[in-house]
Amino acid sequence: MMRAITNRLVIIIPYLWLLFFFLLPFMIVLRIALSDLEYGAPPYTPQFSLADGWNVMWEKLGQLDFENFGFLASDSLYINSYLSSLQIAFFSTILTLLLGFPLAYGMARAPSGIRPTLLMLVILPFWTSFLIRVYAWIGILKQEGLLNQLLLWLGLIDTPLEILSTNKAVYIGIVYSYLPFMVLPIYSTLEKMDESLVEAARDLGCTRIGAFWKVTARLAVPGILAGCLLVFIPAVGEFVIPDLLGGSGTLMIGKTLWTEFFNNSDWTVASAIAIVLLVVLVVPIVLFQNAQARAAEAGR
Amino acid sequence: MTGRWSWFNITSVVVGFTFLYLPIVLLVIFSFNESRLVTVWAGFSTKWYGELFQNQGILDAAWVTIRVALISASVATVLGTLAAVALVRFPRFNGRTVFTGMVYAPLVMPEVITGLSLLLLFVAINFARGFWTVTLAHITFSLCFVAVVVQSRLVSFDKSLEEAAQDLGCPPFQAFMKVTLPVIFPAVISGWMLAFTLSLDDLVIASFTSGPGATTLPMKIYSQVRLGVTPEINAVCTILIAIVTSGVLIATILNKRRNMQHKHN
Repeated sequence: MMRAITNRLVIIIPYLWLLFFFLLPFMIVLRIALSDLEYGAPPYTPQFSLADGWNVMWEKLGQLDFENFGFLASDSLYINSYLSSLQIAFFSTILTLLLGFPLAYGMARAPSGIRPTLLMLVILPFWTSFLIRVYAWIGILKQEGLLNQLLLWLGLIDTPLEILSTNKAVYIGIVYSYLPFMVLPIYSTLEKMDESLVEAARDLGCTRIGAFWKVTARLAVPGILAGCLLVFIPAVGEFVIPDLLGGSGTLMIGKTLWTEFFNNSDWTVASAIAIVLLVVLVVPIVLFQNAQARAAEAGR
Repeated sequence: MTGRWSWFNITSVVVGFTFLYLPIVLLVIFSFNESRLVTVWAGFSTKWYGELFQNQGILDAAWVTIRVALISASVATVLGTLAAVALVRFPRFNGRTVFTGMVYAPLVMPEVITGLSLLLLFVAINFARGFWTVTLAHITFSLCFVAVVVQSRLVSFDKSLEEAAQDLGCPPFQAFMKVTLPVIFPAVISGWMLAFTLSLDDLVIASFTSGPGATTLPMKIYSQVRLGVTPEINAVCTILIAIVTSGVLIATILNKRRNMQHKHN
């Protein structure tokens, strides 16, 4: 008896917490996305309320208006923001992989004595504030910043490069901030890999590069996939990086949502943006969850 | 994986770490700059640290942030550990799929969505925004990180130990506290530290859910960064980096010493 109650509480307490603070808020976002904008507090008229009961809710479901979504579709600002976010997130994920894979590979190949230290050095920036790490790049990338000073001093350029307030700075910021997320899962798959498989492939006549592609890269696929999703999904909705490093021409949906909410106080459009963003990200998020669940199962 | 550490591998590790650390090192160096310009070196000085401790706005924000982080990390650790136990020990229960989804989704959910949805919840239930709304929001997203960290430790734990304790007449709750908890304790502690730093660092979710009188340090830093780069911000950032780095280093060393002792025994 006692056992059953303790068991149930272990599940029920976090379950209720997440239902109330994670799932319910999404329902509210959806509800507000389907409401009309009104000036006042709160700045929307709900289309349906829980107090009405199910019958009224069904009735009202028929007359819901999707005008906020129509508004998103009619204004090219929003569509361009989504497309540009996906594009920036996609290419920065590839850049992060190109930098992160050799790093993870080099770490996995390092003498086993220094591997824990290297691992800690990758994790350490992850513990350091995101905002601080983005801020650190402003001083480097700006017009009279350290990078331009160095390049001018080396004589490589005559006039300072314009990097800050362009998309280039956004790419640098994303690759920099999310690099540990790419390196860690790849490192953990490579570290567990059996080196004799590569030797076997070499013995069977594979070239060094051939063995790398056919054995190492293929075995690292789960890690690469997990790393790419861990970078891509949050990067699509990123706010701090485009806001601080990007310019007025940088369109990213997280920044657009922030502006709608904080500057224009348009809660209904902000909610509609959030819903569409979730729909866009549902496939990668489900992929990520499956990978996580599989990894947890494998550890059993 | 073992083998020779080739020049190619050494180079990629060195390049990778230089990229990761150079910006932070530069930021720290320029916090000790005499000049107000953060990009021109004019000699060593600690005056910006002195000015920092005169800045009441920053001190207030730091105090709010520390309280939010302490409370939210502690509650999130309890809830996250429970969630991890539920995930690992109960392979079947009603609504497990939804539960798993709710634990993993916040890990990758864009912060703007989490922040917006929590704010709308607080508005809907008429909960006054301020210190407690930020704390509740931080508990919610950091509990998922704690759950994942503790879960990975729990799956490798031998369940038969706990069952043996129960067979010897220990009630389940006590068996968990006396047998399982000590074993997974390092993971619980790192979960707490992770939750603490996540709360300490968060800008986006705090900006959405905060109200008057509850400005956190990242919000304060952000509003100043928008006006430009100043040595005072470099000084605040350096202090934060120093706190977090020493915390992580101490935890790593303690962990290592524990493992060594285990091996000796």
